Amino acid sequence: MLTSLGLDYTLLVVSAGSGLLGLVSGVLGVFAVLRKQSLLGDAVAHAALPGIALMFLLTQTRQTELLLLGATLTGVLATGTIIAIDRFSRIKYDSALALILSVFFGFGLVLITFIQKIPTANQAGLDKFIFGQASTMLVRDVRLMIWVTLLMLGLTVLFWKELKMFSFDPGFTEVAGFSTRRINALLSGMIVVAIMIGLQTVGVILMSALIVAPGAAARQWSDRLSVVALLAGFFGAVSGLIGTLISSSITKMPTGPTIVIVLSLFTLISLLLAPNRGLLWQHLRQRKNQQMISYDKVLTAIHELAMNHENHQHTHAMAMIQPSKNIAGKPSKALQAAVENLEQRGLVRRNEDNQVAITPEGIRHVNRHLVKGDE
Amino acid sequence: MNQEHALIVEDMTVAYQTTPVLWDIDIKVPTGVLMAIVGPNGAGKSTLIKAVLQLIKPISGTVTIQGSSYEAQRKKIAYVPQRGSVDWDFPTNVLDVVLMGRYGFLGWIKRPSQQDRQLAMDALQKVGMEAFAQRQISQLSGGQQQRVFLARALVQDAEIYFMDEPFQGVDAKTEQAIMVLLKELRASGKTVVVVHHDLQTVADYFDWVTLLNTQLIASGPVADVFTEENLRKTYRSTGKVLQSEE
Repeated sequence: MLTSLGLDYTLLVVSAGSGLLGLVSGVLGVFAVLRKQSLLGDAVAHAALPGIALMFLLTQTRQTELLLLGATLTGVLATGTIIAIDRFSRIKYDSALALILSVFFGFGLVLITFIQKIPTANQAGLDKFIFGQASTMLVRDVRLMIWVTLLMLGLTVLFWKELKMFSFDPGFTEVAGFSTRRINALLSGMIVVAIMIGLQTVGVILMSALIVAPGAAARQWSDRLSVVALLAGFFGAVSGLIGTLISSSITKMPTGPTIVIVLSLFTLISLLLAPNRGLLWQHLRQRKNQQMISYDKVLTAIHELAMNHENHQHTHAMAMIQPSKNIAGKPSKALQAAVENLEQRGLVRRNEDNQVAITPEGIRHVNRHLVKGDE
Repeated sequence: MNQEHALIVEDMTVAYQTTPVLWDIDIKVPTGVLMAIVGPNGAGKSTLIKAVLQLIKPISGTVTIQGSSYEAQRKKIAYVPQRGSVDWDFPTNVLDVVLMGRYGFLGWIKRPSQQDRQLAMDALQKVGMEAFAQRQISQLSGGQQQRVFLARALVQDAEIYFMDEPFQGVDAKTEQAIMVLLKELRASGKTVVVVHHDLQTVADYFDWVTLLNTQLIASGPVADVFTEENLRKTYRSTGKVLQSEE
């Protein structure tokens, strides 16, 4: 039945692999996002390219494990260099990062171009590592992925408490008797592994999106770290799965960009629509607040008029409330709206001539909420 | 080595780049005092605490805590970092942050138990924040954040408390509440070391004081050491105008 849908066994296996990759990088990425080290993963991924090329030149093999070993070595070397530059020179962290990232990546591109010009190099197809091609994954690769995913998730659950405390307050973690060096090594190590297993599928350029985007999206929906991590894993997994299915159904469509676009949709929706933190709700809430404040200002103006009149219930013309807001003797729309709102809430009343007076309830409201006094 | 001293710092020198931030500091803090570390901005007050807690590697210096090394006494130490040193938008709630004070007792991997939760709730009650246990930490005011950090330190149930500017950005009411707690700690024989900014309150709040400006100016009982002359020496470089309380 699956084959009739155009889904053959291999494709399903490959998609499952991408899903697992999204799951593990999403979960681990949460910690990278919370520690504000999102870009470090980007540097590691870009720096993997020269490692892949060098390993191929040295061994003349296309065996994934060996190539990824090379990738890991240069990735770690790049990270070490960035940290060293930050610590020992006056160059700031972000500059060091941008510098090392582009130098390593540039070197990688040079090597790849060079390799493609060698006639004997059996057209290694190393360029798939740039944008990723999930369809080149073998069942063997996916099996490896399953084990790696289980190991990474297991470690995350096991060291959950340590990872959480370290991400929130490293100084306190150290004083509480935990080696932050070790926790950091564990976390960075896991993130590097996640990046490495993703290189074949997503490619060096876009791999960091798989680390950062699920975490950023998931953070929008929850204030609990465990929920954020689960959601990030879910977003990553679904994007990996869908992205791979789409890219496989269109010839020569690289997998990395497709996955990233699906993932971006999740992130965009989360940024805009998530309750509480979503930009749309924030905007609406802010507008409502501002409106309420401007209504309160109108009410205090009416209150002021009432207090200056011997009869508090005396009605006053609209023009008296905010003289500057009246155009040719007519109250502005905003003022009209404010008075209507206040009237609905029973705080002011109007007579047939559109003149306004504050109600006893309105006076109480002003005294209770709007007059600053001694507590 | 002497049990009567909660903390002995000898020959402590710290430098970040090339210029020393702390130069050859020697301090002896008796057990059971409430000590303020006072000095102008950049005097190395926080650095001193961080170097004692081994968060920064000093160029030289030894730290003795209740007669033995820092490593041996780690569980007897509680720490309140500067409020601004963490991201308060972190996805967690008040109770979880306070629970972190129990993590040191639990060690690696082990999860907090119901009893740990109860201890955390007790600490929250002491700082008057029990109603906020489930509150997301980004919704706290500055004073509430400080109380949460204090509760986390209380849960560490330590002998020596190091607090980095616990009054920073805190309203007068909270400051008084924190002070009551610190004096209670002292009354139960604990030692409290506080990085402090407000010279006006030193004499009221503390019984021991360390005046610092890269070098140690003076350290001892407030009555003996907190003199106009010492203050002038401490703040000389900043030109801050001083008025003695008397």
